[in-house]
Amino acid sequence: MPRLKAQFDRLSHLFLPLSVLVILLIINLIKGADYFKITMVNGVFYGNIPNILFGASELVILSVGMTLVTAAARGQDISIGESGAISSAIFVQYVLQAGEVTIWTILAGFLISCVAGLVIGAFNGTLVSFFNVQPMVATLILFLGGRSIAFIIDGKVSPILANPISNQIGTVIPGVPIQTPIILTAVFLALVAVVLKTTNLRLYVEAVGINPSAARLNGINPKKVIFLTFLLMGVCSAIAGFIAVNKAGRHDSVNLLKFIMMDAILAVALGENSLGGGKFSITGSIIGAYTIEVLNRTLLRLEVNPEAIKAFKAVFIIILMVIASPVVRVSARKFLDKAKTFVAGYSVRQTGGLNKAVVSITDSSVKKEE
Amino acid sequence: MQSEIILKMEGICKSFPGVRALDNVDFVLRKGEIHALMGENGAGKSTLIKILNGVYEKDAGRIILEGRPVHFKSPQEAQNMGIGTVFQEIALCPNLTVAENMFIGRSRDVFVKWKQMNERAAGMLSSLGIPASPAQELASCSIAVQQMIAIARAVDMDCKILILDEPTSSLDEDETKKLFALMRQLKARGVGIIFITHFIDQVYEISDRITVLRNGKLIGEYQTSALPQIELVSKMMGKALSDISAIQKHELLKSGDRVPVFEAKALSSAAGVRPFDFAIHKGEVNGFAGLLGSGRSESVRAIFAADKVTGGEVKINGKRVKIKTPLHAMKQGIGYLPEDRKSDGIIDELSVRDNIILALQVMKGFFKPLSRKQAEEFANQYIQLLEIKTPSLDTPIKSLSGGNQQKVILARWLLTHPMYLILDEPTRGIDVGTKVEIQKLVLKLAADGMSLTFISSEIDEMLRVCSRLIVMKDREIVGELRGADLTEQNVMHMIAQGGK
Repeated sequence: MPRLKAQFDRLSHLFLPLSVLVILLIINLIKGADYFKITMVNGVFYGNIPNILFGASELVILSVGMTLVTAAARGQDISIGESGAISSAIFVQYVLQAGEVTIWTILAGFLISCVAGLVIGAFNGTLVSFFNVQPMVATLILFLGGRSIAFIIDGKVSPILANPISNQIGTVIPGVPIQTPIILTAVFLALVAVVLKTTNLRLYVEAVGINPSAARLNGINPKKVIFLTFLLMGVCSAIAGFIAVNKAGRHDSVNLLKFIMMDAILAVALGENSLGGGKFSITGSIIGAYTIEVLNRTLLRLEVNPEAIKAFKAVFIIILMVIASPVVRVSARKFLDKAKTFVAGYSVRQTGGLNKAVVSITDSSVKKEE
Repeated sequence: MQSEIILKMEGICKSFPGVRALDNVDFVLRKGEIHALMGENGAGKSTLIKILNGVYEKDAGRIILEGRPVHFKSPQEAQNMGIGTVFQEIALCPNLTVAENMFIGRSRDVFVKWKQMNERAAGMLSSLGIPASPAQELASCSIAVQQMIAIARAVDMDCKILILDEPTSSLDEDETKKLFALMRQLKARGVGIIFITHFIDQVYEISDRITVLRNGKLIGEYQTSALPQIELVSKMMGKALSDISAIQKHELLKSGDRVPVFEAKALSSAAGVRPFDFAIHKGEVNGFAGLLGSGRSESVRAIFAADKVTGGEVKINGKRVKIKTPLHAMKQGIGYLPEDRKSDGIIDELSVRDNIILALQVMKGFFKPLSRKQAEEFANQYIQLLEIKTPSLDTPIKSLSGGNQQKVILARWLLTHPMYLILDEPTRGIDVGTKVEIQKLVLKLAADGMSLTFISSEIDEMLRVCSRLIVMKDREIVGELRGADLTEQNVMHMIAQGGK
């Protein structure tokens, strides 16, 4: 029984993102009943659901890294889009200079871009953990300068990645019914699950995020843990950059993953993670990321003027945050309690007869005691 | 000194949920006197001060300021009536200038009259003899000068009463002297000063009168010159000198020439404890005695490398080792239950299970997580052993009672099977039943061969469990007691007279 309750408690953390997701899906269903319809075109699944999974790949990967950074460093990394742009620029240059492109070239390029991600993560992590710079300020440096660095690496505007393998990574591999970015995201999430299972990452990160001083007295080095989360964030950015650039087929240093950190932070918040650090739920952030993608597509589907979409999104997020805020929750709980007591009192008043009977029984028992 | 009374507090009572912080306390302050308010932790000093300066509202009692009853609803009101407070932590803005710090938030005008402000500040600084210029940035002043500027800020606006809460805790001797000079000057001007400190020597150096509180009750008001140090200590601890009850001795003095389990030579740390030597043998329970602020916690923190170790050498079972971080200490078989459970002990949002396995888990390493089943087995084992009351293993530790939280932290260290366990105030703020349980546990662990250091503010508790007491005063070891010498009277004598 306690185990079941614990399971339920864990699920209750996902209440907010799941309920928002469900509401959005219902809106979509009302708009058109064929929302969940999946069709097979040339041996590949297409439809709204595959499109959502496809479109959200980068955001999902980035929100995992963002969750870890937020939990340990009690702050956010706002340079993730720029960091992805830099590492993918390095990937593109490697591939373009390799001449003949094989799967090994791509793989080597990918690994090199991951190393670049690690370097960027180490830079941010050093500033935050060893120099005690606030995460947002530390990562502001690359947020401002990152795209220029990516452009310098590119050497020209938007180098094109025209090779069949890149194309297959960005879209589909012949014979596979699921689009490649979806598969890559799934593999990534499986790896994350393995890492969480085989290491103490969760315990260390949560301990440092909740109480760094106590964590230190138990042998954990908070600086190292925070540094580690930035390294992981760097790798996540590199992977997201890799998927994004293969999807686009060219490296647009100005627009690649632009402003994605806002969505990633929002995904973390939607997943009921405290932006002040501490306990975290990666599942929550993943659901949050998909919810944001669904929201974007819902607004498009409702034929909101593309220029106005951002405003609608903002309004929606404000409503969501207010509903989810502790202030509203506490007063909602109070209101519910009041309603309950009122209903209970009402039913008691209605069943006055029964009440009297109960009173007389207790009276008689009291008399007996006397 | 028979001068005019400026403040009278009568029958002050204040309760917090579950605690009676002040019980019918009287306090009298005269014009131009320095009055020390003394008492151990939890005696009610801060509560009394906070009622006086309007931070808390009293439950009962009267405050009479210059013959008129007053009732403060906010610190601002108290300040306007001439009661200034300087807290332990300097509450100024380091990046503003000295003059800005002295006057900010004071003026009713929307615009700041810079020139006038700087002139007034310069006047005050020179009249009080504070070596700072008005236009200087505050951060460029030494801590002592910053402290003085905080006082200058408080005494401005025709201050009658100045409250100094631990003003010297972060000052060195020279700086303290400067501060005392300033206090004497204010005293000469007729300001009544309430001085709170843990340094007994400073009390005797500067104060005219002493009021002692204990457990929220007034013990008495004394002329400083008429109260010997030893009596002050005994009044603060609540033990009459003659009242030495028969204490069950824990005999374990057969250490002889065996190699100690842990030995330190000239150990010092960044927290400011003077270099000290220390050793403990297998199965021994010893303790650091001394008043709060005497350096007993800093000493054990140095042993565990909880503060940066700045010097000295350490031997474990006779072998030299390097202990630079808590993890090194843990790997050498040392456990440490910190004094402040809330900020250094519990990870409040994590579950009871995670809190129990934390230290063991960290010792095993990042890549070797315990399986869930193993973790639950360990946690359950110690929950039973220590009779921890928790609804489930997944309950966040913050929702447990203080005593049960403390048992969880104890369980955490016992699970690592330490060779040497340091317990700093393991019984503070927990119920009597649990206290006795913990004392019994300590003796049982020692009988099983573990070495322990046990620190407590309650002297009789230490006498009950420790076979050797190291006595500290003003961050220095002043002596050591063992065997038949281990009496309350000796401890108090040593605290009062030691170091001289």
